Amino acid sequence: MSHPLEQSLIELLGGLLLLTVFAMLSIRRIFSMIRIFVLQGLILSASTFIVGLVSGEKHLLFQAFITFFLKVVVLPFLLFRLVQRLRLRGDVEVVLNVPVTMVTGIFVVIFSYAVASPLSQMAMTVSRGLIGVGLATVLLSFLVILTRRKAVTQVLGLLSLENGLLFSATNATYGMPMIVELGVALDVLVGTLLFGVFFFQIRESFENLDLERLERTWED
Amino acid sequence: MKSFWVFLGSSLAKMVLVVFLAPLFVGWLNMVRALMANRTPPGLLQPFKDWGKLFTKEIIIPEGSSMLFRWIPRIVFSLLLMSSLLVPMTEPHDDGWVFGDALVLIGILSLVRVLMSLGAMDSGTPFGGIGGRREMMVGFLAEPATILVIFTTYLVSHSTMTFVTADSLQSGSILPTPSLVFGGLSFFLILLGENARMPIDNPATHLELTMIHEAMMLEYTGPSLALMEWASAIKILVYLLMGIGLFFPWGVTGGPGWSGLLPAFGMLAGKLFMAGAILGVFETLVAKLRIFRVPEFMTLAFLLAILGFLSHFVLET
Repeated sequence: MSHPLEQSLIELLGGLLLLTVFAMLSIRRIFSMIRIFVLQGLILSASTFIVGLVSGEKHLLFQAFITFFLKVVVLPFLLFRLVQRLRLRGDVEVVLNVPVTMVTGIFVVIFSYAVASPLSQMAMTVSRGLIGVGLATVLLSFLVILTRRKAVTQVLGLLSLENGLLFSATNATYGMPMIVELGVALDVLVGTLLFGVFFFQIRESFENLDLERLERTWED
Repeated sequence: MKSFWVFLGSSLAKMVLVVFLAPLFVGWLNMVRALMANRTPPGLLQPFKDWGKLFTKEIIIPEGSSMLFRWIPRIVFSLLLMSSLLVPMTEPHDDGWVFGDALVLIGILSLVRVLMSLGAMDSGTPFGGIGGRREMMVGFLAEPATILVIFTTYLVSHSTMTFVTADSLQSGSILPTPSLVFGGLSFFLILLGENARMPIDNPATHLELTMIHEAMMLEYTGPSLALMEWASAIKILVYLLMGIGLFFPWGVTGGPGWSGLLPAFGMLAGKLFMAGAILGVFETLVAKLRIFRVPEFMTLAFLLAILGFLSHFVLET
């Protein structure tokens, strides 16, 4: 490798990204989850920025700035305001208990590392070893969505999933074309706004954000 | 290869140093905790004063306890002193004369744990029993994580000897690899659990339902109590030295000569100073976990250790 320092810095950031998803899995409070999401966005934009510097791809730098603006500034602001207006506080209800979720998470990581290792041998990018980390982030975010009941935390899982996808794309192929990135960023923003409206609707109809109640009404 | 007498002399010197450094560190830690809680801190030498006073008092042996109870403070103290020889302090590589690697160190530490629990159960009081059992629970949850952390450092440095690990890391890049970051975080959690620090156990409480470590100490009096407290101070110092040796070894001397010893000792003192400050602040900020959340905490340590282990294969090969 011609960039040993940047290389190990990117690897370090990849490891930290994985750590934030595990923190999301294990944490019980909504506010802390949003804070971890901010941290995740910060790590993602830093790693995108460094990959952009190393590879010389200009659009990755733009993407890093968009990621920073959207995921460290705008989305957390929206989410914090939403949580405050919905007056959600206290513990998130989890479906599985935390140690079981974490052990499942370990297996998910092993699985995605195993799946990604042939992929990363084919890729030609600087940071190809990190495809496994990106895949693990995606699958662990699925796990976050699966193990949470509240709508807000499920949306946080979805956003973290999108982070994982972006990370994989950056490290596997130096990102998607600029127009796709912009589209995705706009989609995420609009999606979060729509979800905000949905939350109010759900709560007005069912007096709760617990999504299990939605399933129950179908049976009644 | 050093001669036997040099080895003996340096080992004795190291033991004496550890014996006097441990109370100093605990004193510093208590000072930080007091400052964080807006209390007037006790002096740095307060542990010496406390334990010195205890040494002048008589030993009261609980009725019905066996010889084990009388001997355990001395055995525990000497075992922990012995374990301090296995962690790097100011010398990186003691060729040939080191009698064990990190796994031996873990073995000695778990032997200490078993002996302390036995001693606590020996007097037959319910509190001792509770403390001993809880200590064993925390220990058996922490041990696999510790061994995995050791294996992770083994993968990086190809040796389980703490001295060699410190040596090879010292010559490597200053930027930590992901596996060492995970390993270091995991080791920090293990350190808190094994030394009965704040999220697991409050070292300053005597509240019956929550204490782990203090419950085991309840029956000891006078010099026995002083020895036990001193031993736990040495234990936390040994864990810290191990952590420093495995994850922050920079500044340990390169050569065997005397000239590097003084700056290395300065670096060590600085690192311990920082460690005490971080530990004290951390302990003030977190709330104590319920005892049933302890497995969760230790699962987190185990998980981080596994992640470090895996990351080495995926990211660093």
